[in-house]
Formats: sequence, structure tokens, C-alpha cells
Amino acid sequence: MQQDSVDAIKAHPRYQELVCSRKCFAWNLTVIMLVIYYGFILIIAFAPSLLGTPIADGAVTTIGMPVGVAIIVSAFVLTGIYVAKANSRFDALTKAIREDLQ
Amino acid sequence: MKRYYLWGVLLALLAPFALVAGPAVSGEVERQATNYTAIAMFMVFVAGTLAITYWAAKRTRSAKDFYTAGGGITGFQNGLAIAGDYMSAASFLGISGLVFASGYDGLIYSIGFLVGWPVIMFLIAEQIRNLGKFTFADVSSYRFGQTQIRTMAAISSLVVVAFYLIAQMVGAGKLIQLLFGLDYWMAVVAVGALMMVYVIFGGMTATTWVQIIKAVLLLSGATFMAVAALSTFGFSPEEMFRQAVETHPKALDIMSPGSLVTDPVNAISLGLALMFGTAGLPHILMRFFTVPDAKEARKSVFYATGFIGYFYILTFIIGFAAIVLLSQHPEFFKPEALAADGSVIKDQLVKGIDGGTNMVAIRLAEAVGGNLFLGFISAVAFATILAVVAGLTLAGASAISHDLYASVIARGRSNETTEIRISKIATFSLGLLAIVLGIVFESQNVAFMVGLAFAIAASANFPVLVTSIFWGKMTTNGALAGGVIGLISAVALTILSKAVWGDVLGHVDADGKSVGLIALNNPAIISMPLAFFFIWIVSLFDNSEQAKRERHAFEAQRIRCETGIGAEGAVDH
Repeated sequence: MQQDSVDAIKAHPRYQELVCSRKCFAWNLTVIMLVIYYGFILIIAFAPSLLGTPIADGAVTTIGMPVGVAIIVSAFVLTGIYVAKANSRFDALTKAIREDLQ
Repeated sequence: MKRYYLWGVLLALLAPFALVAGPAVSGEVERQATNYTAIAMFMVFVAGTLAITYWAAKRTRSAKDFYTAGGGITGFQNGLAIAGDYMSAASFLGISGLVFASGYDGLIYSIGFLVGWPVIMFLIAEQIRNLGKFTFADVSSYRFGQTQIRTMAAISSLVVVAFYLIAQMVGAGKLIQLLFGLDYWMAVVAVGALMMVYVIFGGMTATTWVQIIKAVLLLSGATFMAVAALSTFGFSPEEMFRQAVETHPKALDIMSPGSLVTDPVNAISLGLALMFGTAGLPHILMRFFTVPDAKEARKSVFYATGFIGYFYILTFIIGFAAIVLLSQHPEFFKPEALAADGSVIKDQLVKGIDGGTNMVAIRLAEAVGGNLFLGFISAVAFATILAVVAGLTLAGASAISHDLYASVIARGRSNETTEIRISKIATFSLGLLAIVLGIVFESQNVAFMVGLAFAIAASANFPVLVTSIFWGKMTTNGALAGGVIGLISAVALTILSKAVWGDVLGHVDADGKSVGLIALNNPAIISMPLAFFFIWIVSLFDNSEQAKRERHAFEAQRIRCETGIGAEGAVDH
């Protein structure tokens, strides 16, 4: 890439917006996933009996079961949220930058 | 002419497999009677995939076709293929076996394997699609010294591929011996030879389609099993859990976290290796170059996460249902596990299962679907191994041909024809090596190898990759220091751990139990931060002229990374 086009894109307000918003969004989602997963691991390490509590009196199913499934579902939902935002907002910004350069 | 000659060699290698229909050799305790249904079903799979390979071979002309299927795979197809790469026989049979043996712990393990995917999506999937061409080293060496970074990336890729491959080959040999009643060496040769045919002739196109077909077969088979098993409990998980608790020797303990995670340090270390290791596996990263653009790359992670998550929920149901359903089938247990009246002794449920807990899913297939479905699931398990080793070998071959040969040895002056030829020779050599190592390691303890592969991927590949994408002050020397230290510390700490120092090298304590020099079972909690630290500190003090140029080049890299302007397109123009 030529230095002048690097400077042109860098100075483009939409580019700044794209970089900032994507960076924040991606790292926020990453932190959410890390908190969910390592929160789960820390509960297992320090308070495993919490997950072994039955979901209702007399039930065999423990809280750990829906929690585990919820973590699996949350991973899928988080990727879905990212795709939805990237497909609409980030792609639109990228398109605007590309069109302005031509 | 040469092509026909190669076909001949490979078909000759396959010949022992075709001749197996003769009477089984007796004398081995582990071996099962030859399973003709399973072999017939597997032959149908092989015939189908060879037809695809033939079709793919005609379309594979350029290096781009060979490495990335021409970049023409859709996000949905790639999602299935990624899921296929990830749903190995080890995770299908191993995790359902783990659930059968310890209940809830199996779920903890599969969650660890899954949560790496969102992180791949948020931090590296689109970025590596925009920056790279054929291998992840294209990305980590983007603005750095090509020779140093590519050599390092190729070496750590090959080490990861080698350990992963050995574990798969040994697992394949044992499993196929058990499922099909084949000799161990025949199974290893058959897997190696078929994999070479797929990769050498069909390149990434054939590898991808083998992966997609296998993923669909595995997902449908596992769905059928889980639904059929749940129907016996009136589709009530509570009822299934209740009966499992009554049947299992550990009783209520199977409903909560148990012994798998004993202390926080080991738990977090394993979690790091599983989560970030996925983002450093060369055969997984390579899949992102098969789609046309960043948009399809992100779609593929979305679909893959869905399929993999769904698959893990299925294996969890399969493992739990097996506790109840297999206990009603005394014929699946060793004679010593049975009481006088022919029922299964409760304490013997886990230890007494014939063929070990890895066979749980296979036995359940027989219990819910009869001999025909048993054959189907056995054939799918074989196909699974085949597809995974093909992906691994292609990733290893591309590290040799694209990174080591084309960029380091020929310094970018090689032509495509030579590069493709080198990668085919590399595939053939890696295939032979995999067969030889598979046979050599037959009776070795290879349990640590997959863990080590993940640890190296998390400690050597991932830190260099993610820092090169996001940190503008990084330099070649920093990347080199971090990558090398990550690799060495991951390997060294694994050697000192119980799995190698005790279980493989035979060091025991006073009670005869195997011990490690260190209490850490997985090195990632030390080796991964160490890699990041050295990348940071060495880059910080790097004041060379080269370092200045590299820092300056970051803006251009970031623009291409963020916008895709200048990225490799779907077709060469």
C-alpha cells in the first residue's frame, strides 16, 4: 500500500470510527466471555457444592446442568451478536471508506 | 504420467486394507470379531470421498486451489468443516466416555474446548483472513523479518501437527482394531494412505469436503443416538439423571464437579490451554483462508460455534444415557463385572465395560440402533479420524512448502508449480512419517500429546499472532523471543509434569504412584504469560533500524486488517 493512501485512509473520519468501535466492541465481548468462563472455573475450584445444589426440592438435576448448558449457549449467542453488528455497522463503514477512496 | 504412478503407489498401500475380509487372526485379547457391516459402510464412505477427491483433483491447479480450495468455500460450508476439524473421534468417544465415568466433569471439559471459539471470532478470524494468504505465518510475519518469523512459525506448527498427528494415529489404530477387528498396523496404514490420497490429489478442496461430509454424518448420527436414548426416559432429563444416579457407583457425585478439577491453578492452566490453544492450531487457522472474505470468515465461526456447542450437548446426553442403558446390557461388560445372576455389578459399571470407557458411545449405538447403526457409528468414527488427519497433514505440508521452502529457502523466488510439487512431496513424507510414528508409538502412553499440542499452540503460536495483529510497537526480535520461549517452556514444563516425567519416563514415589517434578499438569499458565512478557520486553528495548521500519509499517498493516483493502481475493486476477 502506498504511503499517501495510508495517510488518506488514516485521516478518514469513518476509518477512525471503524477502528474505535470495532476494537471496543470486540474486546468487550472477549472480556464477557472470559468472565463467564473463568467465573465458572473459579466456582468449580472454590465452591463446587454450589453447582451441586438441586434446582428444586426433591429434584436430582443440579444447578450445574442448566449453568453448563447456558455457557455453551452464551458462547454461540456472543458470536451471533458480533456477526450481527459486524454485518450491519462495520461492513457499512468499510464500504463507505472504500467508496470514498475511489 | 506421474499422477498415475502416484495413484498406483497409494492404492498399493491400501491393498492390505482391502484384503482384510479373510478370517480374523486369533490370539489378541483386545481384538473384536471382524465387523462386516461397519466395514461395508466405511467402504461406501471411502468410495464417496475418493470420487470427490477425483473431482477436486481436476479443479486443483494453482497453489491457491491446493492450499485454500481457491478461496471459494462459503461461510456455512467452512463452519461445518471447522466443526469437522474440531469434532475429532477423541472428543466424541473421549468426552462421552468421560461423562459416563464421572458425569458432570465431562461437561466442564467440553465447555473449555468450546469457549475458545468466540475469542477466535472477536480477535483473529477476520484479521487473519484480511492479512494472510495460505498459512497463519503469513499473518504473524506480515511486517517482520520473513526468514526468522516464518522459520519459527513453521517449526512450532510442525511440532503441534506432529504431536496431534501421533495421538490421532495411535488412537485410530487402537479404535479401528476394536471396531473393525483389523490389525493395528493395517488400521494405521489404511488411515495414512487414504489421507495421503485426499491431500495429494484433492488438496484443500477434497480435505474440506471430506470434513463437511464427516461433520454431517457425525452430527446426524449423534443426534439420532441422543434422541433415541432420551425417548427411553420420556424425553425428561430429570428422569434420565435420576436413573443415572441410581445406577452409577458414584451416585449423586456425578451431578456436580468432581475430581477432574482439583485445584484452581491447574484448572485455570488447563482452561488457558484449551481456550487459546484453539486460536493457535495451524490446521484450524488455515481454514480461514478458504473463504472469499472477512464476512464469510466471521460467518464460519458463528456456524462452527453452533455446531460444536450442539455436538457437546449431544455427547453429554449420550454419556449420561449410557450409564443407565448400558447397565441393562450385560453383554457389553467383561465377565468379571457380572454378578451370579448375570446382571452388572454396580461397582464394576465403569471399570468393567468391555473395551474401556472410550467404547461407551459405540456400545450405546448398538443398544439403541442395533447392528446396522453400530456399523454406521463405527464407520463415522473411522471417517472422523481420517478427516482430522487429512486437515493436520495439509497444515503441516503447507508450513513446509509455503513457509519454509517458498519464503525462507527460495526467498520468494520459487514458482507455483514448484511450490505445489514441494507441498505434495511434503504431504507424502508426513503421511509416511505419521504411519511410522503411529506404529512406533503403539504401546507408548500418548495421552499427554494432545494437551501438549494445545499448550504449544497457546504459548508459541497464539501470543505472536495476536500481538502482531494488535500491537504496533512489536518487532521481529520481540516476536522471535516470545515465540521461542513460549515453545521451549511449554515443552520443558510438560516433560517435567506428571504425564511425561511420571507416566512416560517412569518416575514413581515411595507408594509406586507416578510423579512429576512439578505439580502443574498443563504448562499454559506459565508458558503463555512468559511468551507475552518476552514479546513485550524485547520489543520495548529494540532500537534497531529494522525495528523502526517495522513499527512504521504497522499503520498500513492495520488498515488492511481493518478494512480488507488489499486483502487476498477469492480468485487470482
